[in-house]
This record gives sequence, C-alpha cells and structure tokens, in this order.
Amino acid sequence: MTTVAVIDYGMGNIRSVSKALEYVGGDAQIMVSYDPERILHADHVVFPGVGALRDCMSELQRLELDDVIRECARTRPFLGICLGMQALMDFSEENGGTPGLGIIPGRTVMFPGGSGDAPLKIPHMGWNRVHQMHAHALWEGIPQDSYFYFVHSYYIEPRDAAVVAATTDYGVSFAAALSRGNIFAAQFHPEKSQQAGLKLLANFLAWDGEI
Amino acid sequence: MTHLAKRIIPCLDVDKGRVVKGVRFENITDAGDPVEIARVYDEQGADELVFLDITASAEERATMVHVVEQVAAQVFIPLTVGGGIREVTDIRRMLNAGADKVAINTAAITNPDFVRVAAERFGSQCIVVAIDAKRVSGLEDAPAWEIFTHGGRKATGIDAVDWARRMAELGAGEILLTSMDRDGTRDGYDLELTAAISAAVGVPVIASGGVGELRHLADGILKGKADAVLAASIFHYGQHTVRDAKRYLAGCGIPVRI
Repeated sequence: MTTVAVIDYGMGNIRSVSKALEYVGGDAQIMVSYDPERILHADHVVFPGVGALRDCMSELQRLELDDVIRECARTRPFLGICLGMQALMDFSEENGGTPGLGIIPGRTVMFPGGSGDAPLKIPHMGWNRVHQMHAHALWEGIPQDSYFYFVHSYYIEPRDAAVVAATTDYGVSFAAALSRGNIFAAQFHPEKSQQAGLKLLANFLAWDGEI
Repeated sequence: MTHLAKRIIPCLDVDKGRVVKGVRFENITDAGDPVEIARVYDEQGADELVFLDITASAEERATMVHVVEQVAAQVFIPLTVGGGIREVTDIRRMLNAGADKVAINTAAITNPDFVRVAAERFGSQCIVVAIDAKRVSGLEDAPAWEIFTHGGRKATGIDAVDWARRMAELGAGEILLTSMDRDGTRDGYDLELTAAISAAVGVPVIASGGVGELRHLADGILKGKADAVLAASIFHYGQHTVRDAKRYLAGCGIPVRI
C-alpha cells in the first residue's frame, strides 16, 4: 500500500489537498503531517502551501522540515504545489527578498502587472490554460492546453529552461509546472482544478518517480 | 496575452446547513442539500462556488463547517464562504474544513485592520472582501455609491470606490461587489458601479446582484469589466445551466473554461 505524506507546516488549506488525494487515492494511505519521521517514511511526498514565502521558510525551519524536504526531493516521488513550488527555488523577490530551499536553481519573481487600458490584475486568479512542454507521467490522459486553477502573484524563473514542464500566458509566458527527475511541481492547484487536477493527482500517486 | 477565463460563480444562501431560496433542479432529490446542489453545479462546469451563511444565531452557525467539509470532500473547485466571518479563528475553521477563501463583509467595516491581519496570516489569495453598495447620487450628479450594511438597510457614509481601493491596499485578494439596488431585481448588474470599482483596484472583481438573463452576465464582463460573475436565481430555478451561460459568453467572444 502506498503511503503519501502531505506536509503540514501551518500554511493555508492543506485539507483541500488531502481531500483530493483521498478522493483519487483508492487504498493509498494519505497522512497530513509535520512529523519529520513520518514524512521520511512515506513513499510519496506532497509539499503544498499558500501565503507568504518568508512565513513558509521560517515555519519549515522551526519545525525542522527544511532538510526533510531536501531529502524527500532527492529520493522519492515529490509534488510541490503553488508556494510549495516557489519554495524549491534559490531565492524569491517576495517580502523584500527571501531565500528558498535551493533545490531547483532559479528564482521567484513578481508579475509585472502592466499598464495601459486594461492592466492585468494581480493576483493571477482563476482558470488558465496550461501548455505541456514535454511528455511526462503526470500529464498522462490530460489534454494539451487544459484549464487549471491558479491563484498567485509570483512565478518561478528556473535557470535551466529544460525543467519547465508547462507554460501559461499571463502578460508573460511563465513556468506553470516543472519537472526534474523525481520532482514535479505546479504553480496551479490540481486539488482545485476539477477533472484535470484530479487526474494529475491520480497520476502522481501512480508514479514511480522515473521520467 | 492571456487565456485566463472569466469565471461563472453560482452563489448559495445557506441557513442552518440548508440551502434556501428554493433551488429547483429536475435531477435533484433534496433541493436543500448543499452537497447535492454543489455537485450539480460542479458537473455543469461552475468555476467556483460561493456559500453565504445567513444563519442568524451564532450557535447554529457551526453547521456551516460541516457543510464545507462535506462539499470539499466531493467537489474540487474553489469554495468561498461568507457570512459571520469576524475573527481569525473563523477563517482558520473554514479553511481547515476545506474552504479556499472567505468573504469578509461587516467585520471589515467595524475593523478594517482585520483585513490586513487576515491577509498577512493566510495570504491575500484567500481573503475576499464583500462590498454591498447602493447608489446615493441624484440623476444629475456624478455617480456615487455608498457602503451599506444589514442587508442594505444601514448606511455607513463610506464611499464604495474609496473603500474598495482601501480594502485592496490592506490585502484583500478579491472584491465581491454587490449592488443593493439591483439585488433581486433581475434587471442586470449596476454596470457603472462595477466598472468604477474594477478600474479603481488592481485585484479581481466579482460582479453580483441583479442577474435575470444570460446577457447580464456578458454585460458584467464586457461593460462592467468584471473578472468573474456571480448569480443565484437564474441557475437555481433551472432557467439556465452554467453550461448554457458559458456557451453564451463564448459566443460573445469572452474566454471561458468549457
């Protein structure tokens, strides 16, 4: 039986992630935890999060989860969601500049917002098309350019463009998902993206971490 | 360039855990069951759902937590809960139950700093400020709207446009704007109000109040510049499905998720 740990460090609505995983999980055991031991024993790890990166990083350090996440991101199928994707980067512009976990080289930057007659609203909130850049186990059965639900004001700029698994247009074309080895991460919220999102989560649970 | 879809959001009024304002679907066995109704809207392609808790007594309001828990276990689109959100603990309770956003209305007026505290603690993405506005200008004057509370009965003296701007500055991630003049009339949104608020803030605006036909939804987006449109009765009474509404909007050249 697959065990799945959803890392709970007090940031945002972890419940919606665990509920969606339970819905698609069959007999997989889904646990919501901040206990390093339990997380390190799970077969699959999900790192969700919403809110501000500085709070996220300080909570991870306080709960001694930063090294746990680094370890999991090296060794098993790992899914970062939203802030849990941004936190994987080296650095974010958020809160006047905040270091991330440094797992994926690159940084997190704010949307330009823009000007003119109809400046783009920030946060980027709602359903937008996700363009898959290459085949991946997590895209299995999900049509190209499907809609997923986003809520964010910052986006990632990985140094290595090859890790970009999908792009979305919002004033700029940004990385909506990334993949590297056993790591997959999404800026959108699969747990709130109806059929397409549930399929992605089901694919993650079935994934062995190989590309 | 963006394909960001304009959102269609059915709104359900919930009293003591039951949906009120008589939902009339043919394929539904219990018209008062929030879970069953939420599932129908989800199947029809609703982009989000708003639950407005109108339960009068604070003790009975705890039932809303169970409603949110049950809906969130079966419906995987964003859920917003409004009504009775007054403290940080109210927000945490709803988010833990599976809500994605909360709508703050009266509490923002009595204590604007609550919005700042809430946004800092939970992130702007889950803090919606609900604004109930009424037109207070004469026919000859430049248009002006004021914030009202208590279902539109109590004036606050606060200018609606200034208020929306201030709420966005304090950290509101979205504005849910209801015209109290239009609410329940089926005459369409107050488009001037919607356009004024949408131009004043850099966060998304949800238009609400007055939808009686599909054209009103398109007007809210094209003329009111709303990012999302909320409606209740046209969907509840089976007059139109959310899918009908999306096809109509797509026909008007509006990007929607179909």
